[in-house]
Amino acid sequence: MGNKDSFGRTLIFVLITCLVCSVIVAGAAVGLRPMQLENKALDKQTRILEASNLLESTMTKADIVAAYNKYVEAKLLDFATGEFVEGNTATFDQRIYALSKDTSITPTNDFAKINRRANQTIVYLVKDETGKTNTVILEVRGSGLWSMMYAFVGLETDLNTVKSVIYYDQGETPGLGGEVENPKWKKQWAGKQLFNSNGDIAIKIVKGGAKAGDIHGVDALSGATLTGKGVENTFKFWLGEEGFGPFIAKYKNGGL
Amino acid sequence: MADTKEMKKVLFGPILDNNPIGLQVLGICSALAVTGSMQKALIMTIAVTLVTAFSSLFISMIRNQIPNAVRIIVQMAIIASLVILVDQCLKAFAYQMSKELSVFVGLIITNCIVMGRAEAYAMKEPPLMSFLDGIGNGIGYGAMLMAVAFFRELLSKGSLFDIQIMPLLRDGGWYQANGLLVLPFSSFFVIGLIIWAIRQYKPEQVEKD
Repeated sequence: MGNKDSFGRTLIFVLITCLVCSVIVAGAAVGLRPMQLENKALDKQTRILEASNLLESTMTKADIVAAYNKYVEAKLLDFATGEFVEGNTATFDQRIYALSKDTSITPTNDFAKINRRANQTIVYLVKDETGKTNTVILEVRGSGLWSMMYAFVGLETDLNTVKSVIYYDQGETPGLGGEVENPKWKKQWAGKQLFNSNGDIAIKIVKGGAKAGDIHGVDALSGATLTGKGVENTFKFWLGEEGFGPFIAKYKNGGL
Repeated sequence: MADTKEMKKVLFGPILDNNPIGLQVLGICSALAVTGSMQKALIMTIAVTLVTAFSSLFISMIRNQIPNAVRIIVQMAIIASLVILVDQCLKAFAYQMSKELSVFVGLIITNCIVMGRAEAYAMKEPPLMSFLDGIGNGIGYGAMLMAVAFFRELLSKGSLFDIQIMPLLRDGGWYQANGLLVLPFSSFFVIGLIIWAIRQYKPEQVEKD
Protein backbone atom coordinates (compact mmCIF):
# COMPACT_ATOMS: atom_id res chain seq x y z
CA MET A 1 0.00 0.00 0.00
CA GLY A 2 2.90 2.37 0.60
CA ASN A 3 3.04 5.19 3.08
CA LYS A 4 -0.24 7.12 3.23
CA ASP A 5 1.64 10.33 3.99
CA SER A 6 3.87 10.12 0.92
CA PHE A 7 3.63 12.91 -1.65
CA GLY A 8 2.11 10.76 -4.39
CA ARG A 9 -0.52 9.21 -2.15
CA THR A 10 -1.52 12.61 -0.80
CA LEU A 11 -1.94 14.00 -4.30
CA ILE A 12 -4.03 11.06 -5.46
CA PHE A 13 -6.15 11.17 -2.33
CA VAL A 14 -6.89 14.87 -2.73
CA LEU A 15 -7.78 14.44 -6.40
CA ILE A 16 -10.16 11.58 -5.68
CA THR A 17 -11.82 13.47 -2.82
CA CYS A 18 -12.33 16.55 -4.98
CA LEU A 19 -13.72 14.49 -7.81
CA VAL A 20 -16.22 12.62 -5.65
CA CYS A 21 -17.34 15.78 -3.83
CA SER A 22 -17.80 17.76 -7.03
CA VAL A 23 -19.81 14.99 -8.67
CA ILE A 24 -22.14 14.89 -5.65
CA VAL A 25 -22.55 18.66 -5.48
CA ALA A 26 -23.01 19.10 -9.23
CA GLY A 27 -25.45 16.20 -9.33
CA ALA A 28 -27.58 17.71 -6.60
CA ALA A 29 -27.52 21.17 -8.15
CA VAL A 30 -28.52 19.94 -11.59
CA GLY A 31 -30.95 17.28 -10.43
CA LEU A 32 -32.89 19.51 -8.05
CA ARG A 33 -32.87 22.60 -10.25
CA PRO A 34 -36.28 22.08 -11.90
CA MET A 35 -37.94 21.76 -8.49
CA GLN A 36 -36.17 24.84 -7.20
CA LEU A 37 -37.24 26.93 -10.18
CA GLU A 38 -40.79 25.69 -9.78
CA ASN A 39 -40.72 26.73 -6.12
CA LYS A 40 -39.41 30.14 -7.02
CA ALA A 41 -42.10 30.67 -9.64
CA LEU A 42 -44.75 29.42 -7.25
CA ASP A 43 -43.57 31.81 -4.58
CA LYS A 44 -43.86 34.72 -6.96
CA GLN A 45 -47.29 33.64 -8.18
CA THR A 46 -48.44 33.33 -4.58
CA ARG A 47 -47.36 36.91 -3.86
CA ILE A 48 -49.11 38.17 -6.99
CA LEU A 49 -52.35 36.44 -6.02
CA GLU A 50 -51.95 37.88 -2.53
CA ALA A 51 -51.52 41.35 -4.01
CA SER A 52 -54.72 40.94 -6.01
CA ASN A 53 -56.68 39.62 -2.99
CA LEU A 54 -57.26 36.28 -4.68
CA LEU A 55 -55.15 34.21 -2.30
CA GLU A 56 -56.93 31.99 0.18
CA SER A 57 -55.17 30.06 2.91
CA THR A 58 -56.79 26.79 1.84
CA MET A 59 -55.28 26.94 -1.65
CA THR A 60 -52.95 24.10 -2.61
CA LYS A 61 -50.00 24.46 -4.97
CA ALA A 62 -52.11 23.32 -7.90
CA ASP A 63 -54.89 25.78 -7.02
CA ILE A 64 -52.42 28.65 -6.95
CA VAL A 65 -50.96 27.78 -10.36
CA ALA A 66 -54.44 27.29 -11.80
CA ALA A 67 -55.73 30.59 -10.39
CA TYR A 68 -52.64 32.41 -11.58
CA ASN A 69 -52.94 31.04 -15.10
CA LYS A 70 -56.63 31.82 -15.19
CA TYR A 71 -56.66 35.39 -13.92
CA VAL A 72 -53.21 36.89 -14.33
CA GLU A 73 -51.67 38.21 -17.52
CA ALA A 74 -48.06 39.38 -17.44
CA LYS A 75 -47.14 42.12 -19.91
CA LEU A 76 -43.87 43.84 -20.65
CA LEU A 77 -43.90 47.61 -20.21
CA ASP A 78 -41.44 50.21 -21.47
CA PHE A 79 -40.81 52.81 -18.76
CA ALA A 80 -39.94 55.75 -21.00
CA THR A 81 -42.99 55.57 -23.26
CA GLY A 82 -45.39 54.04 -20.75
CA GLU A 83 -46.52 51.64 -23.46
CA PHE A 84 -46.68 47.86 -23.46
CA VAL A 85 -44.13 46.18 -25.69
CA GLU A 86 -43.71 42.70 -27.10
CA GLY A 87 -41.36 40.39 -25.28
CA ASN A 88 -40.99 37.16 -23.39
CA THR A 89 -42.18 37.75 -19.83
CA ALA A 90 -41.12 34.27 -18.71
CA THR A 91 -37.42 34.98 -19.18
CA PHE A 92 -37.46 38.67 -18.27
CA ASP A 93 -35.77 39.52 -15.00
CA GLN A 94 -35.61 43.13 -13.96
CA ARG A 95 -32.77 42.50 -11.55
CA ILE A 96 -30.58 41.09 -14.33
CA TYR A 97 -31.55 43.73 -16.89
CA ALA A 98 -30.74 46.45 -14.39
CA LEU A 99 -27.11 45.26 -14.36
CA SER A 100 -26.35 46.00 -18.01
CA LYS A 101 -25.81 49.50 -19.38
CA ASP A 102 -27.63 48.61 -22.61
CA THR A 103 -30.86 47.68 -20.92
CA SER A 104 -31.00 50.09 -18.01
CA ILE A 105 -30.49 53.72 -16.96
CA THR A 106 -29.13 55.49 -13.90
CA PRO A 107 -32.04 57.54 -12.60
CA THR A 108 -31.29 61.25 -12.11
CA ASN A 109 -33.57 61.51 -9.07
CA ASP A 110 -32.85 58.22 -7.38
CA PHE A 111 -35.08 58.69 -4.33
CA ALA A 112 -35.37 54.95 -3.74
CA LYS A 113 -31.57 54.45 -3.98
CA ILE A 114 -31.86 51.65 -6.52
CA ASN A 115 -28.76 52.79 -8.50
CA ARG A 116 -29.95 51.41 -11.82
CA ARG A 117 -33.38 50.88 -13.31
CA ALA A 118 -34.10 48.47 -16.14
CA ASN A 119 -35.74 50.05 -19.20
CA GLN A 120 -38.59 47.61 -19.03
CA THR A 121 -40.64 45.93 -16.37
CA ILE A 122 -43.40 43.38 -16.06
CA VAL A 123 -46.87 44.64 -15.22
CA TYR A 124 -49.36 42.03 -14.07
CA LEU A 125 -52.95 42.55 -15.18
CA VAL A 126 -55.41 40.62 -13.05
CA LYS A 127 -58.73 39.87 -14.74
CA ASP A 128 -62.13 38.98 -13.37
CA GLU A 129 -64.33 36.11 -14.58
CA THR A 130 -65.38 38.03 -17.70
CA GLY A 131 -61.79 38.81 -18.68
CA LYS A 132 -61.94 42.48 -17.68
CA THR A 133 -58.89 43.83 -15.84
CA ASN A 134 -59.69 44.74 -12.26
CA THR A 135 -56.25 44.95 -10.64
CA VAL A 136 -52.91 46.19 -11.95
CA ILE A 137 -49.83 44.95 -10.12
CA LEU A 138 -46.57 46.87 -10.27
CA GLU A 139 -43.18 45.66 -9.11
CA VAL A 140 -41.28 48.18 -6.98
CA ARG A 141 -38.16 48.19 -4.88
CA GLY A 142 -36.29 50.64 -2.70
CA SER A 143 -33.66 50.87 0.01
CA GLY A 144 -34.78 50.72 3.61
CA LEU A 145 -32.42 51.03 6.52
CA TRP A 146 -30.27 47.96 5.83
CA SER A 147 -31.54 46.33 2.70
CA MET A 148 -33.24 46.57 -0.66
CA MET A 149 -36.95 45.98 -0.08
CA TYR A 150 -38.95 44.36 -2.86
CA ALA A 151 -42.72 44.69 -3.11
CA PHE A 152 -45.74 44.21 -5.31
CA VAL A 153 -48.24 47.06 -5.38
CA GLY A 154 -51.78 46.19 -6.42
CA LEU A 155 -53.81 49.09 -7.85
CA GLU A 156 -57.37 49.59 -9.05
CA THR A 157 -57.63 50.32 -12.77
CA ASP A 158 -57.72 54.08 -12.03
CA LEU A 159 -54.02 53.55 -11.12
CA ASN A 160 -54.56 55.68 -8.04
CA THR A 161 -56.45 53.62 -5.48
CA VAL A 162 -54.27 51.07 -3.68
CA LYS A 163 -55.55 47.55 -3.22
CA SER A 164 -52.50 46.11 -1.54
CA VAL A 165 -48.80 46.55 -0.86
CA ILE A 166 -47.01 43.23 -0.43
CA TYR A 167 -43.41 43.34 0.69
CA TYR A 168 -41.93 39.94 -0.06
CA ASP A 169 -38.17 40.28 0.16
CA GLN A 170 -36.38 42.53 2.65
CA GLY A 171 -33.68 42.39 5.30
CA GLU A 172 -34.85 45.04 7.75
CA THR A 173 -34.56 44.61 11.53
CA PRO A 174 -36.86 41.76 12.59
CA GLY A 175 -39.67 43.07 14.77
CA LEU A 176 -39.08 46.69 13.77
CA GLY A 177 -38.59 47.51 10.09
CA GLY A 178 -39.24 43.86 9.28
CA GLU A 179 -42.85 44.52 10.24
CA VAL A 180 -43.46 45.80 6.69
CA GLU A 181 -44.45 42.17 6.16
CA ASN A 182 -46.92 42.26 9.07
CA PRO A 183 -50.45 41.48 7.77
CA LYS A 184 -51.96 44.15 10.06
CA TRP A 185 -49.74 46.85 8.60
CA LYS A 186 -50.28 45.66 5.02
CA LYS A 187 -54.04 45.76 5.51
CA GLN A 188 -54.22 49.50 6.08
CA TRP A 189 -52.91 50.23 2.58
CA ALA A 190 -56.19 49.11 1.03
CA GLY A 191 -58.19 52.07 -0.25
CA LYS A 192 -55.41 54.66 0.08
CA GLN A 193 -54.96 57.13 -2.80
CA LEU A 194 -51.50 57.59 -4.31
CA PHE A 195 -52.15 60.99 -5.91
CA ASN A 196 -54.05 64.07 -4.71
CA SER A 197 -56.61 65.92 -6.82
CA ASN A 198 -53.84 67.95 -8.54
CA GLY A 199 -52.19 64.74 -9.69
CA ASP A 200 -49.18 65.09 -7.37
CA ILE A 201 -47.76 62.13 -5.47
CA ALA A 202 -49.39 62.34 -2.06
CA ILE A 203 -48.93 58.93 -0.43
CA LYS A 204 -46.89 59.23 2.76
CA ILE A 205 -45.95 57.46 5.94
CA VAL A 206 -47.30 59.28 8.98
CA LYS A 207 -45.39 59.05 12.26
CA GLY A 208 -47.64 58.63 15.25
CA GLY A 209 -50.41 57.25 13.08
CA ALA A 210 -52.46 58.65 10.21
CA LYS A 211 -55.63 60.54 11.12
CA ALA A 212 -58.89 58.74 10.55
CA GLY A 213 -60.13 59.47 7.06
CA ASP A 214 -56.67 60.43 5.73
CA ILE A 215 -56.74 58.87 2.28
CA HIS A 216 -53.04 59.49 1.59
CA GLY A 217 -51.48 58.63 4.96
CA VAL A 218 -50.27 55.24 6.18
CA ASP A 219 -49.29 54.63 9.83
CA ALA A 220 -45.55 54.52 10.38
CA LEU A 221 -44.10 51.42 12.03
CA SER A 222 -42.96 52.21 15.55
CA GLY A 223 -39.19 52.05 15.94
CA ALA A 224 -38.64 51.97 12.18
CA THR A 225 -38.36 55.58 11.05
CA LEU A 226 -35.79 54.90 8.36
CA THR A 227 -37.60 51.89 6.96
CA GLY A 228 -40.74 54.03 6.74
CA LYS A 229 -38.76 56.74 4.99
CA GLY A 230 -37.52 54.08 2.57
CA VAL A 231 -41.07 52.96 1.84
CA GLU A 232 -42.16 56.54 1.19
CA ASN A 233 -39.16 57.18 -1.09
CA THR A 234 -39.86 53.94 -2.95
CA PHE A 235 -43.29 55.29 -3.88
CA LYS A 236 -41.91 58.72 -4.64
CA PHE A 237 -39.52 57.22 -7.17
CA TRP A 238 -41.69 54.57 -8.81
CA LEU A 239 -44.71 56.86 -9.22
CA GLY A 240 -42.52 59.59 -10.67
CA GLU A 241 -41.34 60.38 -14.19
CA GLU A 242 -38.55 57.80 -14.12
CA GLY A 243 -40.84 55.15 -12.71
CA PHE A 244 -44.38 54.35 -13.73
CA GLY A 245 -45.29 58.05 -14.24
CA PRO A 246 -45.73 57.91 -18.04
CA PHE A 247 -47.63 54.62 -17.79
CA ILE A 248 -49.98 55.99 -15.14
CA ALA A 249 -50.59 59.22 -17.08
CA LYS A 250 -51.52 57.23 -20.16
CA TYR A 251 -53.83 54.71 -18.60
CA LYS A 252 -55.35 56.36 -15.53
CA ASN A 253 -58.51 57.31 -17.42
CA GLY A 254 -59.09 53.77 -18.62
CA GLY A 255 -57.78 51.63 -21.41
CA LEU A 256 -56.57 48.64 -19.39
CA MET B 1 -16.94 -3.76 19.14
CA ALA B 2 -18.71 -1.09 21.12
CA ASP B 3 -21.45 -2.21 23.47
CA THR B 4 -24.86 -0.61 23.78
CA LYS B 5 -23.94 1.24 26.95
CA GLU B 6 -21.14 3.03 25.14
CA MET B 7 -23.50 3.81 22.25
CA LYS B 8 -26.03 5.34 24.63
CA LYS B 9 -23.36 7.51 26.17
CA VAL B 10 -22.20 8.75 22.79
CA LEU B 11 -25.73 9.40 21.60
CA PHE B 12 -27.29 11.04 24.64
CA GLY B 13 -24.25 12.35 26.49
CA PRO B 14 -24.07 15.57 24.47
CA ILE B 15 -27.55 16.64 25.59
CA LEU B 16 -26.73 17.45 29.22
CA ASP B 17 -23.37 15.99 30.24
CA ASN B 18 -21.33 17.22 27.31
CA ASN B 19 -23.50 19.76 25.49
CA PRO B 20 -21.63 21.27 22.52
CA ILE B 21 -22.96 24.74 23.28
CA GLY B 22 -23.29 24.45 27.07
CA LEU B 23 -19.96 22.83 27.95
CA GLN B 24 -17.81 22.95 24.84
CA VAL B 25 -19.16 26.44 23.97
CA LEU B 26 -19.07 25.73 20.23
CA GLY B 27 -21.48 26.87 17.54
CA ILE B 28 -22.59 29.99 19.38
CA CYS B 29 -22.87 32.13 16.24
CA SER B 30 -25.67 30.16 14.65
CA ALA B 31 -27.33 29.77 18.04
CA LEU B 32 -27.74 33.55 18.07
CA ALA B 33 -28.99 33.85 14.55
CA VAL B 34 -31.66 31.20 14.16
CA THR B 35 -33.29 31.15 17.58
CA GLY B 36 -35.86 33.85 16.87
CA SER B 37 -38.55 31.24 16.31
CA MET B 38 -38.98 27.59 17.23
CA GLN B 39 -39.65 26.46 13.70
CA LYS B 40 -36.45 27.97 12.34
CA ALA B 41 -34.50 26.42 15.20
CA LEU B 42 -35.99 23.01 14.48
CA ILE B 43 -35.11 23.07 10.78
CA MET B 44 -31.60 24.27 11.63
CA THR B 45 -31.27 21.45 14.18
CA ILE B 46 -32.23 18.86 11.60
CA ALA B 47 -29.84 20.33 9.05
CA VAL B 48 -26.90 20.47 11.46
CA THR B 49 -27.60 16.98 12.83
CA LEU B 50 -27.63 15.49 9.33
CA VAL B 51 -24.46 17.27 8.31
CA THR B 52 -22.59 16.36 11.51
CA ALA B 53 -23.72 12.73 11.43
CA PHE B 54 -22.88 12.09 7.79
CA SER B 55 -19.65 14.06 7.74
CA SER B 56 -18.48 12.10 10.78
CA LEU B 57 -19.55 8.87 9.11
CA PHE B 58 -17.71 9.52 5.84
CA ILE B 59 -14.62 10.93 7.50
CA SER B 60 -14.46 7.96 9.83
CA MET B 61 -14.80 5.55 6.90
CA ILE B 62 -11.73 6.97 5.19
CA ARG B 63 -9.88 8.01 8.36
CA ASN B 64 -7.07 5.51 7.82
CA GLN B 65 -6.48 6.74 4.27
CA ILE B 66 -6.49 10.49 4.93
CA PRO B 67 -2.94 11.85 4.65
CA ASN B 68 -2.07 13.79 7.77
CA ALA B 69 -0.83 16.86 5.92
CA VAL B 70 -4.18 17.60 4.26
CA ARG B 71 -6.62 16.16 6.77
CA ILE B 72 -8.32 19.45 7.73
CA ILE B 73 -8.91 20.46 4.13
CA VAL B 74 -10.26 17.00 3.31
CA GLN B 75 -12.68 17.25 6.25
CA MET B 76 -13.66 20.69 5.03
CA ALA B 77 -14.36 19.45 1.50
CA ILE B 78 -16.60 16.67 2.76
CA ILE B 79 -18.47 18.96 5.15
CA ALA B 80 -18.89 21.67 2.52
CA SER B 81 -20.30 19.18 0.00
CA LEU B 82 -22.83 17.94 2.54
CA VAL B 83 -23.88 21.47 3.45
CA ILE B 84 -24.46 22.35 -0.20
CA LEU B 85 -26.48 19.16 -0.52
CA VAL B 86 -28.67 20.16 2.44
CA ASP B 87 -29.05 23.69 1.09
CA GLN B 88 -30.09 22.45 -2.35
CA CYS B 89 -32.58 20.01 -0.84
CA LEU B 90 -34.12 22.73 1.32
CA LYS B 91 -34.51 24.96 -1.72
CA ALA B 92 -36.22 22.13 -3.59
CA PHE B 93 -38.42 20.72 -0.83
CA ALA B 94 -38.89 23.46 1.79
CA TYR B 95 -38.59 26.70 -0.13
CA GLN B 96 -40.18 29.00 2.47
CA MET B 97 -37.87 27.68 5.16
CA SER B 98 -34.78 28.03 3.00
CA LYS B 99 -35.77 31.63 2.33
CA GLU B 100 -35.99 32.37 6.04
CA LEU B 101 -32.83 30.53 7.01
CA SER B 102 -31.14 32.02 3.94
CA VAL B 103 -27.44 32.38 4.57
CA PHE B 104 -27.34 30.40 7.81
CA VAL B 105 -27.63 27.04 6.10
CA GLY B 106 -24.51 27.83 4.10
CA LEU B 107 -22.81 28.87 7.31
CA ILE B 108 -23.19 25.38 8.78
CA ILE B 109 -19.81 24.87 7.08
CA THR B 110 -18.26 27.20 9.61
CA ASN B 111 -20.15 25.71 12.54
CA CYS B 112 -17.39 24.62 14.86
CA ILE B 113 -19.38 21.62 16.10
CA VAL B 114 -19.21 19.83 12.75
CA MET B 115 -15.50 20.32 12.30
CA GLY B 116 -14.83 19.79 16.01
CA ARG B 117 -16.48 16.37 16.02
CA ALA B 118 -14.76 15.36 12.80
CA GLU B 119 -11.33 16.21 14.13
CA ALA B 120 -11.83 15.13 17.75
CA TYR B 121 -13.87 11.97 17.31
CA ALA B 122 -14.36 10.72 13.75
CA MET B 123 -10.62 10.72 12.95
CA LYS B 124 -10.08 8.08 15.67
CA GLU B 125 -13.28 6.07 16.03
CA PRO B 126 -15.05 3.54 13.75
CA PRO B 127 -17.83 4.70 11.39
CA LEU B 128 -20.90 3.57 13.34
CA MET B 129 -19.79 5.23 16.57
CA SER B 130 -18.80 8.37 14.70
CA PHE B 131 -22.21 8.51 13.06
CA LEU B 132 -23.91 8.19 16.47
CA ASP B 133 -21.56 10.80 17.91
CA GLY B 134 -22.59 13.15 15.10
CA ILE B 135 -26.28 12.55 15.75
CA GLY B 136 -25.76 12.96 19.47
CA ASN B 137 -23.96 16.25 19.11
CA GLY B 138 -26.58 17.44 16.63
CA ILE B 139 -29.28 16.65 19.16
CA GLY B 140 -27.31 18.34 21.94
CA TYR B 141 -26.89 21.44 19.78
CA GLY B 142 -30.57 21.25 18.85
CA ALA B 143 -31.72 20.89 22.46
CA MET B 144 -29.94 24.10 23.35
CA LEU B 145 -31.22 25.83 20.23
CA MET B 146 -34.80 24.82 20.94
CA ALA B 147 -34.52 25.90 24.59
CA VAL B 148 -33.25 29.33 23.58
CA ALA B 149 -35.84 29.63 20.81
CA PHE B 150 -38.57 28.63 23.27
CA PHE B 151 -37.85 31.60 25.53
CA ARG B 152 -37.14 34.02 22.71
CA GLU B 153 -40.22 33.27 20.65
CA LEU B 154 -42.53 33.04 23.66
CA LEU B 155 -41.39 36.30 25.22
CA SER B 156 -40.83 38.33 22.06
CA LYS B 157 -43.83 37.24 20.00
CA GLY B 158 -46.05 35.50 22.55
CA SER B 159 -46.14 32.43 20.33
CA LEU B 160 -44.61 28.97 19.94
CA PHE B 161 -44.19 27.40 16.49
CA ASP B 162 -46.16 30.45 15.25
CA ILE B 163 -49.17 29.47 17.36
CA GLN B 164 -50.22 32.41 19.52
CA ILE B 165 -50.01 31.47 23.22
CA MET B 166 -50.15 34.90 24.78
CA PRO B 167 -52.24 37.45 22.83
CA LEU B 168 -50.20 40.59 22.13
CA LEU B 169 -51.18 44.03 23.31
CA ARG B 170 -51.01 45.43 19.78
CA ASP B 171 -53.50 42.79 18.63
CA GLY B 172 -55.86 43.58 21.49
CA GLY B 173 -54.46 41.04 23.98
CA TRP B 174 -52.69 41.58 27.30
CA TYR B 175 -49.05 40.69 26.61
CA GLN B 176 -46.53 43.44 25.89
CA ALA B 177 -43.98 41.87 23.54
CA ASN B 178 -40.35 42.06 24.67
CA GLY B 179 -38.50 43.89 21.92
CA LEU B 180 -35.06 43.02 23.30
CA LEU B 181 -35.51 39.30 22.73
CA VAL B 182 -36.33 39.88 19.06
CA LEU B 183 -32.72 40.85 18.49
CA PRO B 184 -30.17 38.07 18.00
CA PHE B 185 -27.72 39.18 20.69
CA SER B 186 -30.33 38.60 23.40
CA SER B 187 -29.56 34.88 22.94
CA PHE B 188 -26.35 35.54 24.90
CA PHE B 189 -28.45 36.22 28.00
CA VAL B 190 -30.61 33.15 27.50
CA ILE B 191 -27.64 30.86 26.73
CA GLY B 192 -25.79 32.29 29.73
CA LEU B 193 -28.70 31.57 32.04
CA ILE B 194 -29.10 28.04 30.66
CA ILE B 195 -25.37 27.29 31.11
CA TRP B 196 -25.63 28.59 34.69
CA ALA B 197 -28.66 26.36 35.34
CA ILE B 198 -26.91 23.27 33.90
CA ARG B 199 -23.81 23.92 36.00
CA GLN B 200 -25.87 24.38 39.14
CA TYR B 201 -27.40 20.99 38.47
CA LYS B 202 -24.08 19.41 37.47
CA PRO B 203 -21.35 21.19 39.46
CA GLU B 204 -18.61 19.00 37.93
CA GLN B 205 -18.94 21.06 34.72
CA VAL B 206 -17.75 24.21 36.46
CA GLU B 207 -14.26 25.11 35.27
CA LYS B 208 -11.58 25.39 37.93
CA ASP B 209 -9.68 28.65 38.00
